[in-house]
Amino acid sequence: MTARVGVITFPGSLDEDEAARAVRRAGGEPVALWHDEPGLRGVDAVILPGGFSYGDYLRCGAIARFSPVMAELATAARAGLPVLGICNGFQILCEAHLLPGALTRNAGLHFVSRDLRLRVESTRTAWTRAYTEGQEITIPLKSGEGAYAAGQGTLAALEAGGQVVVRYLANPNGSVRDIAGVSNEAGNVVGLMPHPEYATDGLTGPGTDGLGFFASAVSALTEVAR
Amino acid sequence: MTVENTMTGQDAAPQPFAELGLTGPEYQRIRDLLGRRPTDAELALYSVMWSEHCSYKSSKVHLRQFGEKAPRSEAMLAGIGANAGVVDIGHGWAVTFKIESHNHPSYVEPHQGAATGVGGIVRDILAMGARPVAVMDALRFGPADAPDTRRVLPGVVSGISFYGNCLGLPNIGGELAFDPCYAGNPLVNALCVGVMRHGDLKEAIAEGPGNQVILLGSRTGPDGIGGASVLASATFGATGEGGESAKRPSVQVGDPFLEKLLIECCLELYREDLVTGIQDLGAAGVACATTELAAAGTGGMRVRLDEVPLRDRSLGPPEILMSESQERMMAVVTPANVPRFLAVCARWGVQATVIGEVTGTGRLEMTWHGETVVDIPPGTAADEGPVYQRPLARPDGQDDLAADDPARLARPDGGPALRDTLLRLLAAPGLADSTWVTEQYDRYVRGDTVLAMPEDGGLIRVDEESGLGVALATDGNGRYTLLDPYAGAQLALAEAYRNVAATGARPLAVTNCLNFGSPEDPGVMWQFAEAVRGLADGCLELGVPVTGGNVSFYNQTGRTAIQPTPVIGVLGVHDDVRGRLSIGFGTEGAPVVLLGRTGDEFGGSAWAQVVHDHVGGRPPRVDLAAERALAGVLADAAAAGLLDAAHDLSDGGLAVALAESCLRGGHGARVTLPGDPFTFLFSESAARAVVAVRPGAEAEFTRLCAERGVPAGTIGAVGGTSLDVDGCFTVPLAELAAAHRGTLPAIFGPASTAPAVTS
Repeated sequence: MTARVGVITFPGSLDEDEAARAVRRAGGEPVALWHDEPGLRGVDAVILPGGFSYGDYLRCGAIARFSPVMAELATAARAGLPVLGICNGFQILCEAHLLPGALTRNAGLHFVSRDLRLRVESTRTAWTRAYTEGQEITIPLKSGEGAYAAGQGTLAALEAGGQVVVRYLANPNGSVRDIAGVSNEAGNVVGLMPHPEYATDGLTGPGTDGLGFFASAVSALTEVAR
Repeated sequence: MTVENTMTGQDAAPQPFAELGLTGPEYQRIRDLLGRRPTDAELALYSVMWSEHCSYKSSKVHLRQFGEKAPRSEAMLAGIGANAGVVDIGHGWAVTFKIESHNHPSYVEPHQGAATGVGGIVRDILAMGARPVAVMDALRFGPADAPDTRRVLPGVVSGISFYGNCLGLPNIGGELAFDPCYAGNPLVNALCVGVMRHGDLKEAIAEGPGNQVILLGSRTGPDGIGGASVLASATFGATGEGGESAKRPSVQVGDPFLEKLLIECCLELYREDLVTGIQDLGAAGVACATTELAAAGTGGMRVRLDEVPLRDRSLGPPEILMSESQERMMAVVTPANVPRFLAVCARWGVQATVIGEVTGTGRLEMTWHGETVVDIPPGTAADEGPVYQRPLARPDGQDDLAADDPARLARPDGGPALRDTLLRLLAAPGLADSTWVTEQYDRYVRGDTVLAMPEDGGLIRVDEESGLGVALATDGNGRYTLLDPYAGAQLALAEAYRNVAATGARPLAVTNCLNFGSPEDPGVMWQFAEAVRGLADGCLELGVPVTGGNVSFYNQTGRTAIQPTPVIGVLGVHDDVRGRLSIGFGTEGAPVVLLGRTGDEFGGSAWAQVVHDHVGGRPPRVDLAAERALAGVLADAAAAGLLDAAHDLSDGGLAVALAESCLRGGHGARVTLPGDPFTFLFSESAARAVVAVRPGAEAEFTRLCAERGVPAGTIGAVGGTSLDVDGCFTVPLAELAAAHRGTLPAIFGPASTAPAVTS
């Protein structure tokens, strides 16, 4: 049975098509979800794609978190549904308190679009088990408000709990402790600023290093179904 | 003021036609056409529709050549006159593309000016029925280290970044150039390309009496009133009191989120077949959309201006007609489809309002709370504006410029001096690495970007299965065009054509943005006429039709015009983007081959400008037959998999091209020059490229070049960690990189490499 992975479109989402293609490239079946239709259509996992939901007015992700689809998603995430937030999706998950911390303006105050080296720090999450711990991968970053910030207590807990999922080798935006992505305690909810979906086709991206995020979830879900 | 008042003579006060940018004879012509005084709404409407920006009144007589001399092309599905030209690329796909200027707003308010430039061109493409898939920006500023450039450039780049990124359109290339002539008048030219199936083509036409006219998108506010007539159509920066600040309200403010919703909403309306005609609102807003839709149709149109949703309730008919509020479209919809149309708009959160209907009267009528304020034949405003045969005269100094031969300039002698010259050119702002700018643009979004800057052209995949794609490049060179406008326009065309070919694509069609000074200056008008003639002749010879474009006049500060700067965009088709060519040297040992003939050609060159601050002599010789042959070789070699890399030669010649290819691919090269080192390194002879041949394919490639009559000489091989020019110099890649990459961050500040906030 093929894993069905929902991809939510909010007004202003931009990267939902590529997220869907990445799911397909990993062997899964993407399912389109619409922001103001409650219900997750029985999907096995959900991706919140990048973009500028609601124009990023007020704060990035601050309006999207109140979308009708988010209420059920929050419940399901707390019950263990694999959820991946990429870029704006990461911001929404932080705003929804499904992940700790917040994303702030890049140090340097410019939008940054660049291929980056990342180190996978945790492979126990639903979205990174296809990698090996310490593996270095190349994935594009493209964001203006990607500087990860969190309080000292939160950071200590993240490090102690193995919740720092990926780190920048060369910090592009002033993220605290070079953090590029984090997970919740259970490891089913992951958010990261770089875009693994744009590193799943060597022709249009810097390689295929990003495929592991999607393969991690799809293969695990397919195994469960067997 | 109503039409009735004007008929009964109740209004007799002098009308402010001059303030609206109309001349006395133009105002009289309006009165003659109407047989009465215009109302204030009508006067506003004619003033924007007859502005230089909207009517092309000074350029029309010259632009006709693009149609008259158009090469036979079966690829054209829609051409000049439509919002943008449409080209068939095969497999049932069509693309539409266009480049447009937003120069004046970008100087007054760089961020919003540049942002709304992106928004405007994207709506042009959307109005054709296409999904916009990529943008490019050709930018020209004053000296990089001038204080005002530090205000204008970062603002322009942040505006493009803010708007384009938020729209989800990859930015895949363009240009960045600096010259003192642009100090008071930067050039911000934005290109957009869209993709559609053949049957999706939409027309800007109001047909079928009873059909409803719907305004959708943003509410109308007081922004950009008179933008077309005041900002873009009159001598700029020469006004006395108030000056720049007095024009600030003429710049529009953009909301890319709303435009993104508008795009998705319109595409859904097209899919559901709910639109019979559509037009974007750009310059001259509601005035332009209503008159053009009505003039293109067979009947007329009645519009209730008081139904237009407003952001500012104090606006009256003239302001509503002239407002250039962004993110608006106007659609013509059958009455039966109106409920479904409005439901789709509601789903996307896009406001949509019925403001009128198509009639059979042949008149464009507008009412304001029941009283008629506009009643005109729409064609008189849209198509029958004034046409001027402006006087033109070859400037007195033109011969002196040509006679000022760069042969008199001191040339670097010996290896160390040649080495220094290369490093100096690589570090010059206009030739330096432009990552500081391009890193602020999203190149990945949509997932179909195969090539983007710093490659020669951008390349977008259209069809994942077949690999069909389109390549695009823009080029222009004000120095060449100043020295010889006819040749300069052809050289810009040739370079864009060559850049597209260097990606492995076959050039197919042309768009242009013609940036010039005041058309009221006979010298400028001569430059314009020569450039248009050169471009039209060049397109005919290369077999690539002009599908549309834009003219930007009045690019001058006081009486000093910019260098004439036609910016040419060329679109090409790639049958399979998997065979694309990068500029980067990627394979150790691959033979490096120089294609084309190198002559001693330094007029208007980057070397003359950067080292000697000199612009004079003759620009490089134009040989379009050689360009055509070269492009054929590149496309065929790419399709056959014979090449590892290809890079066109232009500013800075072979030396700069080799350095860029080495840096891009991360491999060095060793070359031996076949003649005078200075000439071979820095000459800007056209119709040339440097390629790295795939090892093993040498014989086949040599045979291909010989068959096509393209001179090809092996000058060395890819390899090592430095650029070695035999007998002259060696430069390690790290030193090339430091020279090339340091310039813009040193001037504009580190963009993104701020230290981590550690705790």
